[in-house]
Amino acid sequence: MLSAMILFPLAAALVLLLLPGDEAARAARARGIALVATLLLFGAGLLLWSRFDPSTAAFQFTERAEIFGGVFSWHLGIDGISLVLILLSVFLMPLCILASWKSITTRVPEYMAAFLAMESLMLGVFSALDIFLFYIFFEGGLIPMYLIIGIWGGSRRIYASYKFFLFTLLGSVLMLIAMLWMAQDAGTTDIPVLMAHDFPPQVQTWLWLAFFASFAVKMPMWPVHTWLPDAHVEAPTAGSMILAGVLLKMGGYGFIRFSLPMFPQASVELMWLVFALSVVALVYTSLVALAQQDMKKLIAYSSVAHMAFVTAGLFAFNTQGLEGAMVVMLSHGIVSAALFYCVGVVYDRMHTREIERYGGVATNMPRYAVFFMLFTMASVALPGTSGFVGEFLTLAGMFRTSTWVAALMATGVILGAAYMLWLYARVAFGDIRSDEVRAMPDVSPREVAVLAPMALVVLWMGVAPGAVMEPLRAPVASLVARLEAAEPPATPVARRIREALLSRGDAG
Amino acid sequence: MLAGLVFLPLVAFLVAGLGNRAIGNLAAKSVTTGAVFVSAALSWWLFLRLMSGAVSAEDQLLFEWFRSGDMAVSWALKFDMLTAVMLVVVTSVSALVHLYSWGYMEEDSDQPRFFAYLSLFTFAMLMLVTADNLVQMFFGWEGVGLASYLLIGFWYRKPSAYRAAIKAFLVNRVGDFGYMLGIFGLFLVFGTIGIDEILARVGAFEGATFRFLAWDVDVITTLALLLFVGAMGKSAQLPLHTWLPDAMEGPTPVSALIHAATMVTAGVFLVCRMSPLFEASATALAVVTVVGAATALFAATVAPTQFDIKRVIAYSTCSQLGYMFFAAGVGAYGAAMFHLFTHAFFKALLFLGAGSVIHAMHHEQDMRFYGGLRRHIPLTFWTMMIGTIAITGVWYTAGYFSKDAILFSAWNAGTPVARLAFWVGIGVALLTSFYSWRLMFLTFFGAPRWAGSGHIAHAAGHAGHDVFADHGSAQDHAEDQGGRGALADPTAGHRPHESPWVMLVPLLLLSAGALVAGFLFEHQFVGGVEAFWGGAIVHDAAFFARLHEVPGWVHWAPAGVMLAGLGLAFLLYVRRTGLPAKIVAAAPALHGFLARKWYFDELYDALFVRPAMRLGALFSRADKGAIDAVGADGLSEVVAGGATLAKRFQTGYLTSYALVMLVGLAAFLAWFTLGG
Repeated sequence: MLSAMILFPLAAALVLLLLPGDEAARAARARGIALVATLLLFGAGLLLWSRFDPSTAAFQFTERAEIFGGVFSWHLGIDGISLVLILLSVFLMPLCILASWKSITTRVPEYMAAFLAMESLMLGVFSALDIFLFYIFFEGGLIPMYLIIGIWGGSRRIYASYKFFLFTLLGSVLMLIAMLWMAQDAGTTDIPVLMAHDFPPQVQTWLWLAFFASFAVKMPMWPVHTWLPDAHVEAPTAGSMILAGVLLKMGGYGFIRFSLPMFPQASVELMWLVFALSVVALVYTSLVALAQQDMKKLIAYSSVAHMAFVTAGLFAFNTQGLEGAMVVMLSHGIVSAALFYCVGVVYDRMHTREIERYGGVATNMPRYAVFFMLFTMASVALPGTSGFVGEFLTLAGMFRTSTWVAALMATGVILGAAYMLWLYARVAFGDIRSDEVRAMPDVSPREVAVLAPMALVVLWMGVAPGAVMEPLRAPVASLVARLEAAEPPATPVARRIREALLSRGDAG
Repeated sequence: MLAGLVFLPLVAFLVAGLGNRAIGNLAAKSVTTGAVFVSAALSWWLFLRLMSGAVSAEDQLLFEWFRSGDMAVSWALKFDMLTAVMLVVVTSVSALVHLYSWGYMEEDSDQPRFFAYLSLFTFAMLMLVTADNLVQMFFGWEGVGLASYLLIGFWYRKPSAYRAAIKAFLVNRVGDFGYMLGIFGLFLVFGTIGIDEILARVGAFEGATFRFLAWDVDVITTLALLLFVGAMGKSAQLPLHTWLPDAMEGPTPVSALIHAATMVTAGVFLVCRMSPLFEASATALAVVTVVGAATALFAATVAPTQFDIKRVIAYSTCSQLGYMFFAAGVGAYGAAMFHLFTHAFFKALLFLGAGSVIHAMHHEQDMRFYGGLRRHIPLTFWTMMIGTIAITGVWYTAGYFSKDAILFSAWNAGTPVARLAFWVGIGVALLTSFYSWRLMFLTFFGAPRWAGSGHIAHAAGHAGHDVFADHGSAQDHAEDQGGRGALADPTAGHRPHESPWVMLVPLLLLSAGALVAGFLFEHQFVGGVEAFWGGAIVHDAAFFARLHEVPGWVHWAPAGVMLAGLGLAFLLYVRRTGLPAKIVAAAPALHGFLARKWYFDELYDALFVRPAMRLGALFSRADKGAIDAVGADGLSEVVAGGATLAKRFQTGYLTSYALVMLVGLAAFLAWFTLGG
């Protein structure tokens, strides 16, 4: 099942590249085939979900083939954490194809093929159970993204794609070295085995730092985030959607799959590093977002701020923090993709990302204004939207570990509201700024077809996220158990309170 | 039943909001108004049944919201007397405001959206008051904040409107920051976010400490105060009050519903709901008392310097909320809720009356251009008169009972802080009477001064009037009191018209409430009976049984200052109308201080807004400069070959990219398979 899901989009991509006919006919067919293919994969994802057993932390749907000469293997399988990220990927992909329907007019088959190849690699990342297989997918994912920015991007696309490639690749080299060492030391490349393997504590720190270099760039964390705004600004709309929606989650996935279970002692020791970087990232990028004149840059910086909730939540080492971080990833995946699409909708009409050129859009695009408002509110974590559940849980988790971190991170709810509402007001409110704005038509049915599914999911996850959170429970519980075994010195508050309760004979 | 009355407004919101222009004005207005009226009827029915004992308090579980580890959050509907009182207040005022808006918003081009927002607000407020856990209450809390933001910014084309909306949202978020930390703290300590579970175990933690930030602090005090920060934001208490006067940018019915009767009282509701927690900490209660008293005084000193009729009432609201808080602070939660209840009637009445005046005066809001209106809009005049006597506490009106209950509670509580609050309360009663009568005299008495109004001149010049252009704020006008050069005809040919019946009926109903709500419910809210509250709030029946056992001068003091305020206002604004200007000229610094609202806005601008923007700009440059210089750009110079390679990519075709990709992957695989 998983192999089929990974290979199918690659096959579809090949078909697209070999399509016969003239330019227009190829483009039309490519769009259709890509949409059908991604929808089929979405269906496959739902099937996977329905057959998934959420009661266990063990990997399911496992497949293993020794096709790499015994050095490493084609080993696939998913647990709940992988499952929800796979669902996120297959949900966003058809929307990305639809979002590109009209805005991409050059080399359409190649563009669609790049997206399909990327989908294949993303699914691979989330289902690989062998570290080298993971590495191939993880780094391979860069290539289609690099092409998408470099070929279909904006005017400074070369600079942006190069910066993107350089940053992410450099981090990965260190990770690769660490992986080689690990394979040597543990005698296996098998992720489930490595997750239970106890590396010597003094080595853990080095390994942790090597992985951290890669994941921190992917996340991205401050101060290695500067590639992200440039990449977003130059990427086509759908490229930004998938970059913010899924690619950024690979860093978080890396932390939860590698850093935490494989190097628990190092994670505990270095959690202050992560907390500090998260807090700086949140405050710093929120303030930077406040000063942006470019819509995409603003949302890109807001992504960095939201990812800080993920890292700080993960390193709170408790159920709320970890589950909350996962929910933030899912929610941000959809909300940021939707916000980038909202930018894309007006960009397609006016061909500028400059906020000041807009104004008064709510008057002539009322339906657009409603969608944009909904996603803005989800971004500022209004209760009832998906954004709230995640941020609330991560903060609750952080509070148990460190009240300082929680208090500092909670300033994000104020700063986030400031830059998002100010963005919204400048775009949608006020008098219609120009005849150009006045001439913009409201969202078309195709655009509604992109926005509405995301809107529904955002509300659904905001009101009853149980179905999405259910698969997370077992893997998170086993991870928490492993971290607790590493004796986190980090919960003095919680422990003292628990002791106070016990001493008062009121432990129930 | 309860679920029905809570979710009907949500359904109405969805119908009117999604239907919007497709279903048209009439359908949208009918659906929303009808739904809220049904909710109001059900609320009263439930309230009376609960009071008579025919139904009992209950907690109705709907479904799970989210769960993580030992934190479980559900959607639930809690029903007890505290909820029932809030249900009655919220749905009654909401229903009347919906009805009133049929007239007030008649000429607006965007009516379905307006009514949808009103219903959304009502739903969120009902979720807030029926919450059985702090997270659902937070949902309602932020939901009413969203509705408030949308409604303040309803005329979104006006920059002043959307700026006020953003300000309201952000200042409330500052309060929510405290509220959220409070929830996390309660969860950490009590291991639950259920209100009843927490309150039942407050006793176990009295005197316990925990480490919060850098300090070992008292558990109960810290958590109560964190929650109170949220209450300060929502209820516009010092120093988080700055959004409320600006919120008057919203249409007047919104001000009546959200910024007078219901949403801003949510903070008082929260303190009463969590009253056992607050009771367990004398420090927290003292803070609540001082903040309430300070706000009551602050707002009452600013109100007499304002000329925008809505801003006067807004500061009045802020001040009255201060009364409610210090009542809660001295432990008289029943009195706080009683004032919340009566205030909803007379303050909604005053706002809707002001709306009727504004309606009659072509959206002129500056009282300097009113005058002599009582003969032209007599029904509005009389209903506002009732609102004024109620707020100033004339005998046997609603305000008389509730304000006396608060002041006597403060006196009887006897602690130094409570005594201080009592004295402040007496002073505020004087100021309240003064600014309320000032409003009445400036608006309804004397000779017309309408000619100076740009709105009226505009309306006289143009037959139709554009609602957007018409809503200027008092800030646009000159700040001096001299007025403009008088024209020959002080009325500018304007004939104020009385509002239509859909607007007058709510005024009349609220007038009835403002007159009798105190008399009818005094016994229940602040009587010496325990049965009414049924444990919903901390209620010391013995304390209230002796409420009126105060010294004679304490007993007469509220009435005395009320009359003094009336006399002073009469002197300054009816008899010797030249005097105010002279007083201002004699003490310009003091007047400036009060008229600029104690410079809070300027202070916050200098302390928070500008530094944030400046830091943002600085960091933006840092991103480009420092980090990239040593980061990517620096590296790219080092790896110069990479740059040329990148240039080559630029000119290539997809095939070459694909080729490189394939070759790269193949080489990678080969290296591992063969080399390893």
